[in-house]
Amino acid sequence: MKHSHILLAHGSGGSMMHELIREVFLPAFDNPYLRRGNDQAVFDPPGGRIAFTTDSYVVQPLFFPGACIGDLAVHGTINDLAVGGAMPLGLSVGMIIEEGLEVDTLRRVVNAMRDAAAAAGVPLVTGDTKVVERGSCDKLFINTSGVGVIRDGVNIDGASARPGDVVLLSGAIGAHGVAVLSERKGMHFATPVRSDSRPLHRLVAAVLDVSTEVHVMRDPTRGGVGTTLNEIAAQSGVGIEIDEAALPISPEVQGACDLLGFDPLFLANEGALLAIVPEQHAAAMLAAMRGREEGREACLIGRVTDSYPGIVRMRTGIGGTRVIPMLTGEVLPRIC
Amino acid sequence: MSVLAAFRDSERAAPILERIRARNTGPVSLMEFCGGHTVAIFRSGIRSVMPEHVRMLSGPGCPVCVTSNADLDRAAALAKMPNVLLATYGDMLKVPGSKESLAEVKAQGYPVHIVYSTLDALRLAHEHPDKQVVFFAIGFETTAPAAAAAVFQARAQGLSNFSICSVMKLTIPGARALLDMGEVRVHGVIGPGHVSTIIGADAWRFLPEQYGLPVAISGFEPLDLLAAVDALLEMIERGAPGLSNGYTRIVKAEGNRMAWGLVNAVFERGTATWRGFGEIPESGLLLREEYAAFDADRRFQPEVAASSEHPACRCGEVLRGVVEPPDCKVYGTVCTPDHPLGPCMVSSEGSCAAYYHFHQGAARPH
Repeated sequence: MKHSHILLAHGSGGSMMHELIREVFLPAFDNPYLRRGNDQAVFDPPGGRIAFTTDSYVVQPLFFPGACIGDLAVHGTINDLAVGGAMPLGLSVGMIIEEGLEVDTLRRVVNAMRDAAAAAGVPLVTGDTKVVERGSCDKLFINTSGVGVIRDGVNIDGASARPGDVVLLSGAIGAHGVAVLSERKGMHFATPVRSDSRPLHRLVAAVLDVSTEVHVMRDPTRGGVGTTLNEIAAQSGVGIEIDEAALPISPEVQGACDLLGFDPLFLANEGALLAIVPEQHAAAMLAAMRGREEGREACLIGRVTDSYPGIVRMRTGIGGTRVIPMLTGEVLPRIC
Repeated sequence: MSVLAAFRDSERAAPILERIRARNTGPVSLMEFCGGHTVAIFRSGIRSVMPEHVRMLSGPGCPVCVTSNADLDRAAALAKMPNVLLATYGDMLKVPGSKESLAEVKAQGYPVHIVYSTLDALRLAHEHPDKQVVFFAIGFETTAPAAAAAVFQARAQGLSNFSICSVMKLTIPGARALLDMGEVRVHGVIGPGHVSTIIGADAWRFLPEQYGLPVAISGFEPLDLLAAVDALLEMIERGAPGLSNGYTRIVKAEGNRMAWGLVNAVFERGTATWRGFGEIPESGLLLREEYAAFDADRRFQPEVAASSEHPACRCGEVLRGVVEPPDCKVYGTVCTPDHPLGPCMVSSEGSCAAYYHFHQGAARPH
């Protein structure tokens, strides 16, 4: 690239945009779909039902311990497909770049996307770039959309939790929220908390290999486990009771929360899986999760009940009970 | 087990709870004077494990909540003055004033910045030399030393674009006012942890000595609070009100003399207006004459119309412990954290917010 910073002309549709695509995006994302150079990626119709999702990423700062906006944008959309029981086929990437962004910064983000896509085995099959005037966006916004295929017999739905089901969680919570907030505030802990950003489609596949009878799956991102459980309780018209002592929270995240006054239940995760399943499958599904790195700390955190529909309650460490509310408009910075 | 985990341990909690249940006190009401305690009590489910004869009450301990609408309106007026940048704690933003909240003022395009401490506000003044940075200083004795330090530093640095609008309050005159009103029968007081770090545990001796009330200074972990309740019940049972300090890992009898000394060097006591109480003499921290140049009210003299409160809001009575949040007609229906009519529903330390979020079986909107 001739320039060290992105100029408006890099989004003009002319020769400078071609230079940007040729020198930054194509070498990183290279795959047969992109190489054709068409306006769309073309797939043969797969068997099974199709899942389709989209998500935009506006996290600030762009880089934080454990990940950056690039791998987050790849993982987040893969996970939105995965928790519907879908195996991702490919993702689109839309970049909105602020005039003046360093080309090196863009390269770092693009390379993180390349590595995340390669590690997940999900190609980035089509893309778009726009450059907006300085001040019109904050450095770099990314949208990714994704298409996936759902295997036969899988019927995952937020309205499907049933009394008697159990709630499984794939691992420790709150790390992404703490990583982003602490980086943003310039707080550097002795043991830095790293974002848990990672793809969950293989973990989901391992659970579905045990049985396709999974009632609900979610990745508790913004709003955290507390808000996600409330959404499920409302959608399914059931009560959910969780056990505070069973919640996996690392000492680093707990320490940061104690210091900053956050509740780990409401911090964002980018690599955690919540699954609500019939009790008879719980042991085998937990074992399948624990067999993978991303589910090593999987555990049973609660149960679904019919006694207080729409409400999530927690048995506290001292043996009391309290309601877990949905997160209500707290002043939190952009985290994803 | 980490130090804090030990204070959340169910096995250690069980014997304290057994003692609490076995205490023979008759029906008692215990009041916490600290918003942090209110939240910790709800969060850990302490109310749900108390025996029926022990009632927990929340007092005027949320600094956002006791800020009067008149003071809030003044902050909004300051934010709208030419060239002023208002710095405030985030919790204050959504509190509805007489006409509008600071969030609404911000949305109209006036510069309102959220800060986490007074020193952040001081940094804003350095970063924006062309702006007049005004810090809306709310809080009790806990936050006062940082405010004093900021003003002290600003004077030492000759900073001419920094000032504060102090509506900071003192907890002890507030506690006295509440008890002197005699509206609510209290049998024991959970003394604030962080306020006492600054003013010292001994500052609360007036409760047993003058009001015959036991007081137990407590930390914020579940076991801290259970131990404080047990200490209060024990003193009530014996008929021997005294001062118990269970938060000795942080609170000393004499407090933090250096911090409190700085507060008293920069501020003097004056009348303050508390929501729910009206004017309480000697309960506010006002800048001393030698620091008058840093007083935003004197520097900008904002014009403010007479303040008013939403007629249905009962925050004042909630703050006095006279009613509990669900006793208020608009609680959870018209007044919710997303659409608050009063501060107790929006502040993270507010009683209504704590009730709404955590209370077992609380009414929930659909």
